Amino acid sequence: MAAYILRRLMQAVIVMLAVGFIAFGMFNFVGDPVTNFIGQDATPEDHERMRAALGLDQPFYVQYARFAANAAQGEFGTSYRLGMKVSAVLAERLPATLELVFAAAAISILVGVPLGVYTGIHRYGLLSRAFLTFSLVGISLPTFLIGILLILVFSVILGWLPSFGRGQVVPVGWWSTGYLTQSGLRSLILPAITLGLFQTTLIMRLVRAEMLEVLRTDYIKFARARGLTERAINFGHALKNTMVPVITIMGLQIGGLIAFAIITETVFQWPGMGLLFLQAIQYADVPVMSCYLILVAMMFVLINLAVDLLYYAVDPRLRADRGAVRGRQV
Amino acid sequence: MSAMDHPTVILPRETRPRANQPLLQVENLVVEFPTRRGVLRAIDDVSFHIDPGEVLGVVGESGAGKSLTGASIIGLLEPPGRIAGGRIFLDGSRIDDLPPEKLRRIRGKQIGAIFQDPLTSLNPLYSVGRQLVETITTHLDMNQAEARRRAIDLLAEVGIPAPERRIDHYPHQFSGGMRQRVVIALALCANPRLIIADEPTTALDVSIQAQIIALLKRLCRDHGTAVMLITHDMGVIAETADRVAVMYAGRIAEVGPVRQVIKHALHPYTVGLMGSIPSVGVDRARLAQIDGAMPRLNAIPEGCAFNPRCPKVFDRCRVERPDLIPQGPTAVSCWLYDRKEARRG
Repeated sequence: MAAYILRRLMQAVIVMLAVGFIAFGMFNFVGDPVTNFIGQDATPEDHERMRAALGLDQPFYVQYARFAANAAQGEFGTSYRLGMKVSAVLAERLPATLELVFAAAAISILVGVPLGVYTGIHRYGLLSRAFLTFSLVGISLPTFLIGILLILVFSVILGWLPSFGRGQVVPVGWWSTGYLTQSGLRSLILPAITLGLFQTTLIMRLVRAEMLEVLRTDYIKFARARGLTERAINFGHALKNTMVPVITIMGLQIGGLIAFAIITETVFQWPGMGLLFLQAIQYADVPVMSCYLILVAMMFVLINLAVDLLYYAVDPRLRADRGAVRGRQV
Repeated sequence: MSAMDHPTVILPRETRPRANQPLLQVENLVVEFPTRRGVLRAIDDVSFHIDPGEVLGVVGESGAGKSLTGASIIGLLEPPGRIAGGRIFLDGSRIDDLPPEKLRRIRGKQIGAIFQDPLTSLNPLYSVGRQLVETITTHLDMNQAEARRRAIDLLAEVGIPAPERRIDHYPHQFSGGMRQRVVIALALCANPRLIIADEPTTALDVSIQAQIIALLKRLCRDHGTAVMLITHDMGVIAETADRVAVMYAGRIAEVGPVRQVIKHALHPYTVGLMGSIPSVGVDRARLAQIDGAMPRLNAIPEGCAFNPRCPKVFDRCRVERPDLIPQGPTAVSCWLYDRKEARRG
């Protein structure tokens, strides 16, 4: 198991080097950061001096090698726009995004899985049909539109919840959390729903489809013949068998949440990494952009690793090639 | 819970006199499938009984309604199929109209079931021990430790070696024959009085089939469990059953003691069925076969369902449907055995 995890982590390093390479290469074409730095009335000499100071006069591969070497040590350079260390800027923004993503993921799982089970069991029920119709809205409306609609209804018309920002945050060590203050929690509701709605409906439809599939299997029929309660059959036997595909999709979707957060953060002016990334693009702030992409890639890789490990926990057949071989097919 | 806490209540439910009563009594069972193009009658007026400790073989072609009869008894007809008529009694009390929760308590506790494919009957994600223990604790008043001990005993009883170790193994770690043994152990968890075995050996190797049948026979004799053995394999019936019911197109063609039916088949369909079994020592160039095929549910002919294929068909068979007519120990639904016909002939 340890060797397996180590192998996966090595693959992760290669993936992130590749992502860094592509990101870094692309960002050479997004614009000249120096222009943004020194303004309109600088002389060409100033311009050249600035380029040299930033190392931008070097060939591309030298720039990338230096970037990769520094990145390996957790050093991503200085933001051109903010004049701060990139690692510090991102560390400041990371908690906001992760808290938003966590809340959205929690909503999508806590709402999506039960709804999927319900609509799977009560296939022809009136309520099931209502949920399914409603889920079409979540699947088809674009995220920014949902965000704007929610702001219109709950902030502008009803005035119940704040329309932007993160509310008051409390530092816990180096992490700043909005989960502990009332205004932080109130500010979290609308963005989390906006970000989580698509995933909720996706998970609901996935769980429903899997439930329908599993409920038709012989072992569910046999479980009924054994006289088990409906509850034990639906939640003990059927739901667990739907989990392998559901976990896969959930893992991918959590990665997607981090990426989609860019839009939600922009709509709600949420001070997270996505908003930072968009602002960085406007200013051609290459170090920030590269660091952001590598961070996102790393999260994808880690989530996928976690998903693979969860498979082992759920399905004993995957554990079969180790240890249990002795007992096989006696 | 002792009998003292609950003074005997006389149920207002339909009950039968207890003397000499059969364990299971099926009366005029009708199963229908409503479809867009009308109602299909899959089981049409089927009646039979099973005595305590008796093995009743139910034999017939695919689609004759054998499995549906079994599913109706334990209340597991798949919608949109439904019981449209008839009554089913277990131990003299009616069970076909029970609410789902009461019927669930009967399933597994009074009536166990074994299905065709042992490879897919077990949940792949749980150890066999967990599946045994949950079945035991659902029906019997036992704690986890007691249930586990009973589960190990059951595994030993169905012939699984080293049950203390095997109980924690998962279904994929067992071979097909071993899995069917586990399935039988699961059906026996609460010591049911009747087991419905639906093609229990069809999916297995021939060499293992014999073992499983022998096991089933031994267990039921030891526990006094009655069995409704559904199969299309006349050989299995001959070896195992006390009586046999031959089904054709959702009806019973003939029912009687197994030797009687095999040696002296009465219904022309049964005669054809027996003729199509190869037997050792009898040298025949070609096996006899019954011409034609069993009718589809939407095209069952008027009168006797077998009449288009019957070599002895006469006018009455095409218009009037025969009921089961007693003929000694056997009963047969064929006009050939009607007294009126005999007088006329």
